[in-house]
This record gives sequence, C-alpha cells and structure tokens, in this order.
Amino acid sequence: MAQTKFIKKESLSAWLEELGQAHTVLAPRFEGDSIIFRPYDSEKGVFIDREATAPPKKAIFPQSETLLEYSQIKDMENLTKIAIDVKETIPTTTYVVFGGRPCDARGFTMFDRVYLDGDQVDVYYKARRENTCFITLTCEKGETTCFCNAVGSGPSDPDGSDLLITPVTDGYYIECVSTKGEGLLASSLLTDGSSMEGEATKYKQAADASMNEAPDFTGSPEKLLAVFDNGPFWEEMSDKCISCGACTYLCPTCYCFNITDEANGLKGTRIRSWDNCMSSMFTSEASGHNPRPAKANRLKNRVGHKFSYYPDIHGGVISCCGCGRCIKSCPVGVDIREMVKSAIAFVDPTAKEVPAEEPKAAPTEKPAPKETSVKAENTSAKAKKNKKSKKPASKKKGAK
Amino acid sequence: MQNLEDLKEQVRKALPELDVVIGWTGGYDPLHATPHFIRRDEDIDKLQVNALCVHNLATYLPSMRGKKVGIIVKGCDSRSVVELLQEKLIDREDVTIFGFGCTGVVDQTKIRRIVGDVGNIDSCEVSGSEVKVSASGTEHKLAMSDVLSEKCATCRYPNAVLSDHFAGAEITSTATFEDGYKDVVEFEEKPEEEKFGFWLKEMDRCIRCYACRNACPMCVCRDHCVAQSRDPHWLSQEAHVRDKWMFQVIHAYHLAGRCTECGECQRACPVDIPILLFKKKMNKEIKEVFDYEAGINPDATPPLMTFKAEEDKITERKW
Repeated sequence: MAQTKFIKKESLSAWLEELGQAHTVLAPRFEGDSIIFRPYDSEKGVFIDREATAPPKKAIFPQSETLLEYSQIKDMENLTKIAIDVKETIPTTTYVVFGGRPCDARGFTMFDRVYLDGDQVDVYYKARRENTCFITLTCEKGETTCFCNAVGSGPSDPDGSDLLITPVTDGYYIECVSTKGEGLLASSLLTDGSSMEGEATKYKQAADASMNEAPDFTGSPEKLLAVFDNGPFWEEMSDKCISCGACTYLCPTCYCFNITDEANGLKGTRIRSWDNCMSSMFTSEASGHNPRPAKANRLKNRVGHKFSYYPDIHGGVISCCGCGRCIKSCPVGVDIREMVKSAIAFVDPTAKEVPAEEPKAAPTEKPAPKETSVKAENTSAKAKKNKKSKKPASKKKGAK
Repeated sequence: MQNLEDLKEQVRKALPELDVVIGWTGGYDPLHATPHFIRRDEDIDKLQVNALCVHNLATYLPSMRGKKVGIIVKGCDSRSVVELLQEKLIDREDVTIFGFGCTGVVDQTKIRRIVGDVGNIDSCEVSGSEVKVSASGTEHKLAMSDVLSEKCATCRYPNAVLSDHFAGAEITSTATFEDGYKDVVEFEEKPEEEKFGFWLKEMDRCIRCYACRNACPMCVCRDHCVAQSRDPHWLSQEAHVRDKWMFQVIHAYHLAGRCTECGECQRACPVDIPILLFKKKMNKEIKEVFDYEAGINPDATPPLMTFKAEEDKITERKW
C-alpha cells in the first residue's frame, strides 16, 4: 500500500518553503491576467484553483536551453589556426513542480517514449526528468474544454506524477505515486493521511462525474491516415487557423524543438528552443523545398501526429493529455476535438461501396517520412557547403 | 445585432458569386464566437454577429488572394481591409465587404477578471447594455461598459468605412482621437525606469508563439518573418526577455503608419501581454508627425510608403 499523508491547508506554504531549500519549487501564480508557473515566492503565493494558462512544461523542456557553450581561441602565432573550446552543459538543478494538474504531469509520459525509451537517450531531457518531481493536484471539476477522459486519463490520474494531492477538509490528502515522491514526504508538517482516504475518494468520484461526456476518438489513427491526402478536407479544417504556435507551446505533450547557435563574438551557445509544426520554417529543408507549404499541411500534422502517427508507433497511446489549452487559448477557437471527430466521421463521397464483410483497403499513403536522420544529413551538408556561415542551419527533432 | 436577418439575406444573395464569405459563429462554449467560413447555404444559418465576435477577419484576406471572398466587418476590421487595399495586398474586385454598425465587442480578459472561473459556461446572453453569463451555475450580470474592449469604448469608426453591403442603421460616435490615447499619455508620463521595468515584467512571460503577429491583419510577411528566419539568423531564439521584447519593437516599427489598431495582437496573446500599447504609441506619433491614420481612405498613400522632400513636421534640414 502506497504511503498516504495529510497536510493542513495553512501548512502548505511552510511545506513549499521547506521543499524550496533543496529544490527550485515551481508553482502557479497570477502574473497579469494569466496563471503561470514561477519559482515559488511566499509573498506572491500560489493560485491553484484553476488550470494554469501555461502548463509547467518548461520545468523539463525549457523554452530554450543551452546544450553547450563554445569559444573560439585564436592562436596568436598563427591566426589561421583557431581552436574551439566546447563545454557541455548538463542541467543539475532539481525541481519540484507543485500544483500542476494530472494532464500537466501526464504530458511528460509522451515525451519519455521519445526522449528516453528509444534507441537514443536525450541526455538533457533525462537529467531534467530525473531531477524533477511533480506534486499534482486532483482537479475539482472538468472544464468545457477538458477531455482527459477521452484520451485514457481522468481528473485524478496519477500517471506521470510523483505525489498526488487531493483537497479534503482543512487540507490535502497526499498519495505517494513514485519512489521519487517518497523523498518529498520527510517533512514533519505531514501527518498520516489514511483516515482521509474515503473523503479523497469521494472528491475524485465527484471530479470524474463532473466531466463532460468524452468524445469518442476510436479509430482515429486509421481514419486520419485515410484522409491524409484529402486536400479539401484539411483546407476546410484549417480555414480559420492563423498558423501561430499558441496551441503547441501551451501543449503539455508537444516536444519538438529547433537548434541554433547563438554567437556573440568569438563565444556562443548552442541552444535548443521550442519549435512548432504550425510554423512554415519547421519543415523547410536545406534544399529550399518545404513538404508542408501551407497551413493545411501543417495543421494536419499537428492533429495527425497526436492522434495517428504517435499512437501508431507507441502502442496506441494518443499523444494528447486532453488539457484543452489548445482550444481555449487559440486566438480563433480551433478545436482539435472537432477535427479528429470530423476525420473519423468523414465518408468519401466518391468512394465505391464496399460489401460489409469485406474489409476496406488499408490506406497506402503513409505520412511524410520521419525526418530526423534525413534532416540532420541535409543540414550538415549545407553547413559544409557554406563554410563562411557562422551559424549552421538549424536541426530539428521531427515527428517521432 | 438587430439586423442579422438582413445581413444573412445580403450574404445569401452574394454567395453564389463568391468562393467563401467569412463571418462568425458560436465557439466552443456560449461565451465564445469563432470565425466561420461560409461556403454553403446552410452555413449562413449558423452566422452569429454580436459583441462576442471579436476576431478581425481581415487577417485572412492576403492569404486568400485570387479567390472571390466576402468578408463581414466591424468598423475597425474595415479599416484593416482598407489598409490592405492601400498597400495593394488584396484586390478590390475580389473582395466583397459586408459592413454593419458595430456597438462594440467584449474583452474576454475583462470578463475573466470579473467572473473568475469561466471554465464552465452554461449560457450567455448579449444585449446592447449587458452580458448575462451563467458560469458553473452562478449567474453574472455584467454591464457592457465594464467588459467592453478598450478600443470600443473610444471607437471613432463604428461603421464600416468601406462596404459593398451595409446591414442596419449606422451608429453615431462622439469619441475624439485624444480619447483613445489617454492610456498612452498616462504611460508616457511615467519615469523611464518604470516604463522599462513594466515591459521587462510583462514580456518575460512571452512564449514566442507569435499569435500577436499572425492575428495581425497587417503582418503580411507571414512565413518570411525576421523573427524566425534562419539564414540570416536575425533574432536569437533564446527565451530571454531581451529577445522577446526585441520582436515587439520590430512588430511595432513594421506597423508604423499601417496599424489600424484593431487590437488583435493583444487579444490573441495567450498570456495576456498588453502589447497593443506599443502600437498605440506608434499611432499617436504617426498622427502627430504626419496627421495620418491608417485604413481610412483607400486612395491615400501611407506616409512611410512615400516621402516628401520637405516634411511638414520633420525638420531634418534645419538643424
């Protein structure tokens, strides 16, 4: 039986202070009119009554992070000789993310399959992942835009979290979910929580019951592939999209990045920063060709990646945690649920009727090839060709 | 809108000659509208025009060049259409403008400030003077004056400045130019350090999603923006406030004499950064120096798209 604890509501800030002695505690608070995760500041407090505007994605996947620092050292005897000093910068700070929601923490399980579980381990991600704990808050109720219940989760899902805290009378019931979480339970502010289990269970049940009926995404991987080449379908789906990156950067499961060298004289840093498939530059190749020239191609990738290509190679898991931020923060109200449902419901009016017992032909067209290795080659080729360029062309981790 | 049926009728008559008409319809909950692309007759029935129709649909026009497009515009939106015409970024003969007298749109951020949790909207009724919202079972009666977008409170162009069809009666405005820039004047009076501190604090939470840029009808570089160009690599991709702020300065400068102040940059910002203030400052300067406002007269040449050997208010030869 996992450990359970209780903390009084009034002891919460003291606990966060305690945790802050060993870790950087990130907690949501109002900044202007938005709720943002920031290093905990007892004077500014926390605001956990609603889902934060931006998820705590930056804790493990910063908006930009330094991969290495370099400096060019001139040989004063022979100025044509330049040595390069490179320093790898593996992050060491430990973080505790407090007050995120189950969807926020679960988002990183989508990252894990890509950055940790494959042939290549991303050392930067791994370091941050191991150095970060999530103290997640059970949701009181779902919002109109919430659909975690449609993607295999729910308002008290502990998946991806280290501790799950649930509001009970005068405080919070704390469940330990992982070994990392155990390390956060040493505080004398925490008392035995077993007597609160019943109340917490009721709270969770009420949260489950508050959720809207889950949209049915059954069959999305095949159905999205079936409309892959349907240009008019995607043009209509993307009519109102303005091709910005709000959906992607607020998404707890979007993990694509760009790599650039940011030079400052003879010194510089190689950074990776968030990139998004809504941007034209995202798939721009060194040759000048862009396989996704229009917003319809790009939006198709966003939907397809989450609801088709990712589940296709990761055991059917939809790469969306249902937080709904892409819907409510979209400047023009693009709704990913509607697009997936439209693809599922789409019937090709020109298709010949197939007898019921005969299975429909599997779609032959697969999405654009995974671009990671291809792109790396392309960019290195460009870098070689253009020796004068101080800044090598960007590399990108594509849909994986 | 009182004359929605008239507008629908105008759209219905024009639709056969057009590829699409852009308007608004209900969004993901009763408090939100969303852009609506009308291609079929049945789409017309879903048309919604009220104070929730915040989006400036002119932003779609440049990318639809070559198609016959109908567009429904508020007064402010029509100025963007005019500015696009002035800059020859769209073709007059391909655009059919449906105007109406606008009484203003809401600011969703103001509604959130008052209502708090807007995650579960049961219903929303909009009238000229009030927005009645039921959120999580609690009813809120919001005076329109409390939730009206700032640009609407001081609007001088409530009627489409250019239109092919106009539904309903024109709205009279009494606001002056000065009314619209009180916030800028107030900000200008603050000490430099305070102003700089304000922007550092506000811009720090920018996620560089460029919703401000892409929602802007006048940001027409789109896929070729300096913000993300790789070769040359103009702007650092670091998440430093310096670089975030730099982009806003570039945005404001590129809009000098072109910005129609629709406020879409600020409305689109997912983290509520008050970036319209930048653009308003620039517009105020443009007015002072060139006595010019963007998007009013389709035949006018924007001041920074031409030059005079001797500018009236720039004394560069008399130093």
